Order: sequence, then structure tokens, then C-alpha cells
Amino acid sequence: MHPPSNSTRRQFLGLAGAAAVLGTAPVVTLRPAEATPERLASAIRNVTGGAAVKTGKVKLEVPPLVENGNTVPLTVSVAHPMAPEDHVSSIHVFNEKNPQPNVANFHLGPHAGRAQVSTRIRLTDSQKVVAIAKLSDGSFWSASVDVVVTLAACTEEVI
Amino acid sequence: MASALINVPARAKRGDIIEIKTLMSHIMESGYRHKASGEAVPRDIITSFTCRFNGAEIFRADLFPAIAANPFFSFFTTVTESGKFEFEWIGDKGFSETASASISVE
Repeated sequence: MHPPSNSTRRQFLGLAGAAAVLGTAPVVTLRPAEATPERLASAIRNVTGGAAVKTGKVKLEVPPLVENGNTVPLTVSVAHPMAPEDHVSSIHVFNEKNPQPNVANFHLGPHAGRAQVSTRIRLTDSQKVVAIAKLSDGSFWSASVDVVVTLAACTEEVI
Repeated sequence: MASALINVPARAKRGDIIEIKTLMSHIMESGYRHKASGEAVPRDIITSFTCRFNGAEIFRADLFPAIAANPFFSFFTTVTESGKFEFEWIGDKGFSETASASISVE
């Protein structure tokens, strides 16, 4: 692609480009990357006990592009009746790349009337957020959203 | 110091589904941050939030460090009688706060 040339300008630009890439690399490695997709899967197994998780019923609302990862509004709703014999008993929220895979567990009952909860969460990086609902019949339903985060939470130093 | 904001409708019709919103002021220190000296800042979070209506639990949340500072929750409940909602936040370092709100149901 690039035959050897005498162009010092080209060499200079190449070096500058490499330096720019190297310069950004340490910023990426600074984040406390402890949670991984494997840890996410194991946190989900702790809740489901290995039962199959079907996709559907659950609606997870998170902004797809987050400017500030320190406070990200999140709403989970489950399209399911809340009758005493058949209802949503809990909602669990997980993330892929924060230091811990768990975000929150919400315990509901048939008296809730509507299976919907909202809160505000932290995200340290662009990642996948997963919500899982447990129904009273023991089945699990999930939804996931990929979120892009521009300012990460948790990484700043405390003075 | 710690203070709670509670939003519960003052009155509702029997059988209505109402929304409850709560906010507790708390730093929610994740335990993953460091001081400039490199020393880790110990975790200080609220770990549990419970809402009871006339003594019976209607909503409970387990919190992790990924919950933003000043934890906010919104959830729903069906009201069938007048009564009192009691809210309780429990956390690290002996944190424990309560709040309550009444509703009259016609």
C-alpha cells in the first residue's frame, strides 16, 4: 500500500497518528474493568438458577446515548397482568461492564397493579444493560439495551 | 442530614393504581473510587429500600453500587383502603432512615 518513499511529511504524519493512538490507550485501560460478559452471565444464573430466560414481555427504557454515566434514568415495565394467581414477582437489572454485574433487584407483588419501576443508575462504560422479570409461575423474561456512554461514572478521583 | 422526598397522592378512588415516587439524599459511594493519594474510598451505599402499606410490604429493592447518588424510585400500587405508607432505607455504616405518607381512599 505504502511503497517506501522519501517523503518526510508522510513519515511525520504516520508517527503523529501512532502517537495519538498510543496516547489514548492508557485512558481506556484506566477504567476498572472487572465485570465481564461471563460475570454478567453468572449473576443472571444466580437469579434464575439456570432456568431458561425468554426474550419478550419486558420493556427496558434507557437512553441509547448517555452523556453522563453518573445518573442514567432507567424504567423497566413488564407487559403481564398482576393477578394474585399470575403476576410479576420480581424484576432484576444487570449490566455488562461496571465493576459489579448487579444493578438492582425489585420485589413486587400482585397488589402492585402495574409491573413498572423506575430509578437512576450508574454506567462506567458503553455497554449492554439487561432486565429480567420473574413471573409467579417461575418463568423468566428479559430485554436488553445497548447504551453508549460518553462520560463514565466512578472513574473520577475524590479530592 | 439525610432527607427524603416522597410523592404519594393525598387521595384516590378505591381500586386505583397509584404511582409512588421516593428520593433519599445519600452519596452512594461505590467503593470503586480512589483519592488522589491512591487510597480507595470505602463503600457507603444504601443496600435496601422497603415500602409498607398499613404494615404489609408492598415493594422492596436491593441496591448495588450501580444505583446513582440520591437513590430515586418510582413504583405502583393498588389502593383499596385509606392508610399509611411507611418507607425505610437501610445502608452501610449503620444508615437507617424512615419516612411516611398517608392516603385517603374513597
